[in-house]
Amino acid sequence: MNEIIIMVMMTFGALFVLSTAVAMLTKPDVYLRINITTKTATLGLGLILLSAAIYFQDYSVTTRVVAIILFIFLTAPIGGHMLMRAAYFTKTKKWDGMKIDDLEGQYDAETKELYSENKKSGITPKSADKDENI
Amino acid sequence: MSIYDYYNYVILPILGISVILVFIRFLKGPSIPDRVIALDVLILIAIGIIAIYSMQNDQSTFLDIAMLFALIAFLGTVAFAYFLIQRSEKDE
Repeated sequence: MNEIIIMVMMTFGALFVLSTAVAMLTKPDVYLRINITTKTATLGLGLILLSAAIYFQDYSVTTRVVAIILFIFLTAPIGGHMLMRAAYFTKTKKWDGMKIDDLEGQYDAETKELYSENKKSGITPKSADKDENI
Repeated sequence: MSIYDYYNYVILPILGISVILVFIRFLKGPSIPDRVIALDVLILIAIGIIAIYSMQNDQSTFLDIAMLFALIAFLGTVAFAYFLIQRSEKDE
């Protein structure tokens, strides 16, 4: 019974990690790629690590696994947000099909402050050609 | 099929294929944030491989290395983001 639970959880985790890898190749944009990796990779890793906890059935292993999962769940969105902010500041090119960009011109170019009213003079990354990033 | 065969013939090949796909993005990536996020995902997949390897060998000690890798992934991403912002300020 335990083996079946471990197998199912591991398979789902590995498939989520595989979907992350496929999305890394097929998404057209830096921002979309960072958005993908902070969601599916953490879920897949959580499933794989939980199956390790079920396999060992030991308090020390379970606490270690819970610590790793909590750490990844806390730090992956923070790292993704920091990296996406840095990519926006360095004017990495956007996808051509992006319709709405609410941050366009709202970041001050020198102080890196975010304004909420219509400023429209700050940092604006250009949109790339369609085939350039794929 | 025992669970040990299942590790070897199903789970590890899936993770290996995903490592190869992410590594292609790491080599191709047009901008630096692409490469940084690919490195982050590579380390996250390595954590999964370490967890499966520790199950295969009945050695729970390997999970300590997985915790270390999670720390290194976060520190690397934050350091690269900070470096990118600093460099863009220097250029202006």
